[in-house]
Amino acid sequence: MKQGLLLQIALTFAGLSLMAVGGLNAVVPEIHRQVVDGLHWMNGATFANLFAISQAAPGPNVLLVSLIGWHMAGFPGLAVATLAMIIPSSLIAFAVGRLFDRMAGAAWVDAVRAGLVPVAIGMILASGVITAKAASQGLWSLAVTAAAAVFVLACERNPLWALSGGAVLGLAVWLWG
Amino acid sequence: MPTPTAPPPDRRQLFFGFLKIGLMGFGGIAPVARHVLVIDRKWLTERDYAAILGVGQILPGANVTNAAVIIGGRFHGALGSCIALAGLMAMPLVILIGLATLYERFADLPAVQAAMAGTAAAAAGLIIGTALKMARRLKPSPVAIAFGLAAFIGVGLMHLPLIGTLLVLAPLSIAVQTWREHR
Repeated sequence: MKQGLLLQIALTFAGLSLMAVGGLNAVVPEIHRQVVDGLHWMNGATFANLFAISQAAPGPNVLLVSLIGWHMAGFPGLAVATLAMIIPSSLIAFAVGRLFDRMAGAAWVDAVRAGLVPVAIGMILASGVITAKAASQGLWSLAVTAAAAVFVLACERNPLWALSGGAVLGLAVWLWG
Repeated sequence: MPTPTAPPPDRRQLFFGFLKIGLMGFGGIAPVARHVLVIDRKWLTERDYAAILGVGQILPGANVTNAAVIIGGRFHGALGSCIALAGLMAMPLVILIGLATLYERFADLPAVQAAMAGTAAAAAGLIIGTALKMARRLKPSPVAIAFGLAAFIGVGLMHLPLIGTLLVLAPLSIAVQTWREHR
C-alpha cells in the first residue's frame, strides 16, 4: 500500500518535472489538477495551505512538491517527491551543460526562449489565479491577494513581508470580522 | 567563455556556496544566486551567469536548480552537479520540515487556520505579481501577448491539461518567433 503510494508520488512528479517549462510555478495548476481533482490526495484548501507554507520557506519553488510528498507519506514521501521532481529536469540540464558553449548565444536558443517565455508567463499567471481561487475565503482574502500582487510589482522587498501581512490580516478578520 | 576573476571552487566551497544561496533565497532566488556566484564568490562573470540562467529558462525545471546543475557540472562533473543541488536544497528542506511540522501540529486551531488563510491568499498574489512583473520586463510584442493569453486562458480558465496546452502552444510560439527573426 505504502510502496504503491510512493510509486505513484514518484511517477506523478517525474512527469511534472519534464513539463515544468518556466519553473515549478508554471505547473501549479497541473499539480492541483492531478493531486486534488485526479488523485483526491487532499482538498483545495489544504493544497492552498501547503502552497503557502512552501512559499514561506526559502529556496526553489520545488518545495511545494516536497511538502505534498511529506503530507502524503512522511519523510519517505518527501524524499521521493523531491527527487522525482528534480532528477528528470536535472538530467536534461546536465546534458545541456555539456553542450553549453555551443548553445549559449546561438540564434535558435534566442528564438526558443522568445517563444517559450510568453507561454510560461501565461502559465504562471494561471497558477496565481487558480491558487487565489483555492485560497479565497471571500472579499477580504481576494483583497489580500491583490495587495500581495501589487507589492511584488511595486517593490523588490522580501516577499515574507506580504506573507506575514496576509497572516496578520487573516487573524484580524477572524477576531473582529 | 570570459574568465572569472577567482579560481574555480573546490567541492567543499561549491557545496557551501549553494548552501548560502538556498538559505538566503526567500521568494526570488535568482537575484541571490547572482549575488553569491558573481559578486561574492566570483566563480562566474556577469555575462556567464546571465547566459546560464537564459539557457536554464528554456529547459524544464526550476531556473536555479538547472543553473546549479550546469555550474556544478562545469567545475566538478556529475558529482559537482549533485553537490551543488544538495547544497541548494539542504537548508530550505530543513526549514520546510520545521514549518510543516508546526502546521500539522496546530492546524486545528481556528486562529492558525485564519492566519493560514491570509497567508495562502498572499502567496497566490505573489505568483500573480511575479507573472505580471515578468511580463512587464519582457516588453512583449502583440504576438507574444496573444500566446501568453492563450496559455493563461487554456490552463487557468478552461482547466485544460498542461501537457496538451504546452505541446500545442510552445511549438507554435517558437515557430512564429523564428519566422519573425528570419524575416
